[in-house]
Amino acid sequence: MPVYSDEAVVLRTHKLAEADRIITLLTREHGVVRAVARGVRRTSSKFGSRLEPFTHVDLQLAIGRNLDTVTQAETRAPYGAAIAADYERYTAASVMLETAERLVSEEREPSVQQYLLLVGALRTMVAGEHRPGDVLDAFLLRSMSVAGYAPSCWACASCGLEGPHRAFSPGAGGALCPRCRVPGSASPAAETLVHLGALLSGHWEQVDAAHDRHRREARGLVSAYVSWHLERALRSMPLLAREVSGER
Amino acid sequence: MYEGVLQDLIDELARLPGVGPKGAQRIAFHLLAADPADVRRLAETMQEMKAKATFCQTCGNVSQAERCRICADPRRDPTSICVVEEPKDVVAIERTREFRGRYHVLGGAISPLAGIGPDQLRIRELMGRLADGEVTEVILAMDPNIEGDATAAYLSRLLRSMELSVTRLASGLPVGGDLEYADEVTLGRAFAGRRSTGD
Ligand SMILES: [Zn+2]
Ligand SMILES: [Zn+2]
Repeated sequence: MPVYSDEAVVLRTHKLAEADRIITLLTREHGVVRAVARGVRRTSSKFGSRLEPFTHVDLQLAIGRNLDTVTQAETRAPYGAAIAADYERYTAASVMLETAERLVSEEREPSVQQYLLLVGALRTMVAGEHRPGDVLDAFLLRSMSVAGYAPSCWACASCGLEGPHRAFSPGAGGALCPRCRVPGSASPAAETLVHLGALLSGHWEQVDAAHDRHRREARGLVSAYVSWHLERALRSMPLLAREVSGER
Repeated sequence: MYEGVLQDLIDELARLPGVGPKGAQRIAFHLLAADPADVRRLAETMQEMKAKATFCQTCGNVSQAERCRICADPRRDPTSICVVEEPKDVVAIERTREFRGRYHVLGGAISPLAGIGPDQLRIRELMGRLADGEVTEVILAMDPNIEGDATAAYLSRLLRSMELSVTRLASGLPVGGDLEYADEVTLGRAFAGRRSTGD
C-alpha cells in the first residue's frame, strides 16, 4: 500500500468495531483526513494517547480504498493532557476543533493557514498566559478571517467610514456607522469593539487588560458572528464553561 | 442483495455496534442453517432481556429491579462510591475484587464535540446521593483518555468544596485506551494506587 507522511492535529475520534477508532485529522498538507487506527482502544496499543483529540502528531498513513490507515504516529506536542485537566480550557478548545473541521470542509483540500492557526491557538491555550475564552475568541475571529469572513471591528463594514461605531451586525459583516446601521444590530460599548479588534490583531496586553463587562459582550458578538457564518450551529458552543471572573 | 427477509435480517444486524456488512451476512447465514429451536431461544432471550432489564434507580447500572444487586447488597460499603462511565466498567472493576463500595454510572463522558455536557450525564443524581453525608469517599474511574480526564477534572472541581476524599484511578493505566480493555492486574493496581484529585 502506498504511504504518505504529514503532520496533523487530532480533531475527533469515533469508536469503530471492537477496538479500532476512526480518527478525524486536520493535516498540514492534506486538509481534513479521516483515517482508521487499528487496535487503538486496547490498553496495549502502540499508539497510546497519540491519537487523542488535541494532540499534535507526525503521522504516516497508508492510502486505503475508503479510509486511510494510520501506520505510525509520533507526538509533537501532547496538548490534550493540559487541556483535559482544566474544564474551561477543555470546552473552549473543543469549540476550536469543531470550528476548524467545519471551516476546512472539503476533505483533502489543504488549508495551511487554518492548520497553523489551530496549532498556534492550542499552544497558547496550554501555555496558560491568557484566559481560555479569550484564546478561543481570538482563534474564532482569525479563522473566520482566513475563511474569507473577516469581521470589521473598527471601520463601518458597509461604507468604510472610520470608527469607533456603536452598532454591530454579524450579517452585515461587523461594525456599522449610524447611517448604515441595520435593524436588529447589537449596540455594544465602544470598548467592546476595541476588545474585538485587539483579539483579531493579537494585541494580548490589551486583551488581558479588558474589563469583564466588555469581554462578556465581545464573547456574545463573536459567537453570534460565528453562528451566522457557519450554516449549522456548533454542537460544542452551548457547552462552553462560563468563566469565573479573573480566573485564568 | 438477497431476497426479502434474509436481506432484512442482514440490514438489521449490520446496524449493531461492532458488526459490519460482512459479519452481518455471516450471522444471518449461520441462523438460516441453525436449528429452529436455537433461533427461537435467541429471539426469546433478546425479548426477555428488553422486557426485564432496566437501570438501577440509584446507581444507573443495568439491573432487573429498581435497585441493582450491588446497591441492594448490605455487605457493600455505603460510605464509598466509585464513579464510572458505563455499566461495562462496573463489570471490569468487579472482576478485580479490589472494591467493596458501590457504584455510580454516569452514562458516558463529557464530550462537547458530541454535544454531551454535564446535564446529559447522571451528575445531578450523583450529587443527590452525596447530599446526606453518608458517603465519605468518591473514586473517579473514568476511561484513561481525554474525555475521561476532562470529566474527572469537572467532577473533582464540583466535589472540591464537599467533605469528601476524592481520588482518581492512576498509576499503570495506559492512556488512550478504554477501561474495559485493561487487564485485571493493571486495573487492580490502578485501584490500589488511586490518587487524590485535590490540587
Ligand atoms: Zn457606513
Ligand atoms: Zn445500583
